[in-house]
Amino acid sequence: MQLLQKDIIIVGGGGAGLRAAIAAAEAAPGLQVALLSKVYPMRSHTVAAEGGAAAVTLAEDSLAGHFQDTISGSDWLAEQNVVDYFVQHAYQELVQLERWGCPWSRKADGTVQVRRFGGMKTERTWFAADKTGFHILHTLFQTSLRYPTINRFDEYFVIDLLVVEQQIAGVLAIHFKTGQLVQIQAKSVILATGGAGRVFHYNTNGGIVTGDGMALAYRHGVALRDMEFVQYHPTGLPGSGILITEACRGEGGILLNKDGYRYLQDYDLGPVTPAGQPKNNYMELGPRDKLSQAFWQQQKLGLTADYQGHAVVYLDLRHLGSQHLTQRLPFICELAKAYVNIDPANSPIPIRPAVHYTMGGILTDINCHTSIAGLFAVGECASVGLHGANRLGSNSLSELLVFGKVAGEQAAALAQQTSLVPVSAIMAQSKHQQTSISSLFGNSSESMVAIRTEMTQAMEQGCGIYRDNNGMQRCLTSLHNLKSRYARLTVSDSSKVYNSALLQHVELGFSLDVAEAICRSALARTESRGAHQRLDEGMTTRNDRDFLQHSLALRQADGSTAISWQAVTITSLPPTERRYGAAAHSPANSNISQLKAAQEKGLQHE
Amino acid sequence: MNKTISISRYNPEQDSQPQLQTYQVVSEHSTSVLDALLQVQQQDPSLSLRWSCRMAICGSCGVMINGIPKLGCKTFVRDYPEQLVISPLAHFAVEKDLIVDMSPFLQHLSAVKPYLINAEKSLQPHKQTPAQLAKYQQFANCINCGLCYSACPQFGLNPEFIGPAAITLAQRYNLDSRDQGKAVRMPQLNSKNGVWACTFVGFCSEVCPKKVDPAAAVNQGKVASASDFIISMFTP
Repeated sequence: MQLLQKDIIIVGGGGAGLRAAIAAAEAAPGLQVALLSKVYPMRSHTVAAEGGAAAVTLAEDSLAGHFQDTISGSDWLAEQNVVDYFVQHAYQELVQLERWGCPWSRKADGTVQVRRFGGMKTERTWFAADKTGFHILHTLFQTSLRYPTINRFDEYFVIDLLVVEQQIAGVLAIHFKTGQLVQIQAKSVILATGGAGRVFHYNTNGGIVTGDGMALAYRHGVALRDMEFVQYHPTGLPGSGILITEACRGEGGILLNKDGYRYLQDYDLGPVTPAGQPKNNYMELGPRDKLSQAFWQQQKLGLTADYQGHAVVYLDLRHLGSQHLTQRLPFICELAKAYVNIDPANSPIPIRPAVHYTMGGILTDINCHTSIAGLFAVGECASVGLHGANRLGSNSLSELLVFGKVAGEQAAALAQQTSLVPVSAIMAQSKHQQTSISSLFGNSSESMVAIRTEMTQAMEQGCGIYRDNNGMQRCLTSLHNLKSRYARLTVSDSSKVYNSALLQHVELGFSLDVAEAICRSALARTESRGAHQRLDEGMTTRNDRDFLQHSLALRQADGSTAISWQAVTITSLPPTERRYGAAAHSPANSNISQLKAAQEKGLQHE
Repeated sequence: MNKTISISRYNPEQDSQPQLQTYQVVSEHSTSVLDALLQVQQQDPSLSLRWSCRMAICGSCGVMINGIPKLGCKTFVRDYPEQLVISPLAHFAVEKDLIVDMSPFLQHLSAVKPYLINAEKSLQPHKQTPAQLAKYQQFANCINCGLCYSACPQFGLNPEFIGPAAITLAQRYNLDSRDQGKAVRMPQLNSKNGVWACTFVGFCSEVCPKKVDPAAAVNQGKVASASDFIISMFTP
């Protein structure tokens, strides 16, 4: 085992991890930062984000507007103090990216262009064509090369956190290239490992998105918050789930069922807006949860079409014209051509919802600090409290930046005040893990592929767009069976160099833990809110009396999950009915406009 | 449809050199080469490869397909009715099976100072017109997959050549209206392992899966390097 010492460890080299690394390096140039990633940083899944990053930009927009859209989008389960901090700092972070060279799309006068996005009442989404995540990630990666104190550990896979009496002491990782175990001590550790979309069968996520960081923290007793809220993106390609960005609808794309009917008008999102004249918060620019639910309803009614065995509806971009598509949505044109052999200028794209994002994650406070001293979490793996029951598209790229900076600065400040936990206190834990890893090798009758496939199918069937008690109970039973089979599973390949089988084995263990936390949290929430919709009698609507609360999934000593509840922080926007389309302007919601006026006074650009 | 594919296998702990091994996969119309490799990995978990996004943006899954560098996820089995041979990217040291040592590539990228150099401190965004953006936008689309290095005969002969992607990245910043760092990047581009090592075969641009056209970047780099040299002759 190799033994190393650093000041700060960051696990994950995506947008959040890189932003945190840069913030830490700038805040404390004397500290050594170790940036561990199981892939080269520019392979991280931030790369696949397409549509954009939100921040209040136009003169006619307001911080209160972004605040209100995010809270309403979250179905009132966002932490309002966190949303407040977020909307106040998002703009400066996008400008920071601009100062670092991000190629944001521009207006003719050279100022930054913004586009419409679902659930946002004003255009406020910055974009770099339709490869915004790619450009943010590469800009951050390239900028990180300026800082000599950022020490990259590419293709190092963290298998455990080292914790002594609720104090972080470091991490234990496998160097993929050599198979060697590496123990790195540090004064603070930031988890920035991304989401867990791969626990579902149909997803937009890369193969690496297996919930690693969530499971690492959960196994050490940190709560996972709001795990029942899993976002289905309404427009993934059939079969593969490859993401077709919401920006298609922001630019004016429309959704059609098999009869060519714009079915969203039947789900409280109308009236119909003319094709090519999108209107914020109407029809195709409703929030993702509502749109995915509308697909499910259409499927039940037999109004979806079939594409090679998959139920689909159509995303029609033809009226936007070839030139506009090439300029604004070049990647979508490339993807549609490569994966469904369609030119969007000539034919509608078959699409269906696919799991995209985990709203929940590792519980942190507004400083990204977890319940373990010195352990931070940020980005999709974390639940800082921004998204609640449903994330609005383009809020998460801004989140990576705003809270990546917070996490980096907080971790640096803490590392400057503390010293390393003595190595003697952690060696036993490291040795124990070393023994566990070496005992994995051998031959068994269980198949990793079978367990993984059955897990993703069980989650799809039990914890999908709509859920009921029986389905979730069956899912939970399956997960328990799969966990016992996993305990008997061995790794047949005992080689050291680039042992993919070993990595996938450990990842599967992480995924199974996260899957159980999702299913248990979903069972416990006996109401419908945001992305969590139940079909059981008496549970089909929002129930603020009992469930205006966050779920907390805590691992018990026997390995099971217990659910407890945490109050939601509400500062200025008390819960009202969540409405889109024309319904949003009905008298019942007039208290929102009054509140908006009150908030404008309290929320101003810094 | 069943399809036979050949994969180059190499385990440095056992084998003296890579060997082709054949496998049967089920291929449908939409089956990519990456899908086929993952099917093989299900049969034989010891197969090692890099992959993640499946949508040609993360740059992980570059391999040689019948001797041509390609992304596995954007190449389809249906287009290879005859033989289909998959081997690791050329011109890089093979670590195991389809995994190569990418560290020379990363070193070359880092060497050209690929970040915006601008001493001005401001909290306001720069202005940049669509025309100014268009000057470098294409070069900013490089996904760092490394295919152009496998296509480049010069990199094959001289691994110190900084190569197409690094030169493209240098040009991406040199051409950015917000950047002031050209002077510090030019010595690297002017050096014997910089733009002049390129013999303009142009295969790098042919294999680029994102139409970045690194050959054009190298050529522009040569023009910049030449004018840099001429200016230096007349500057005391």
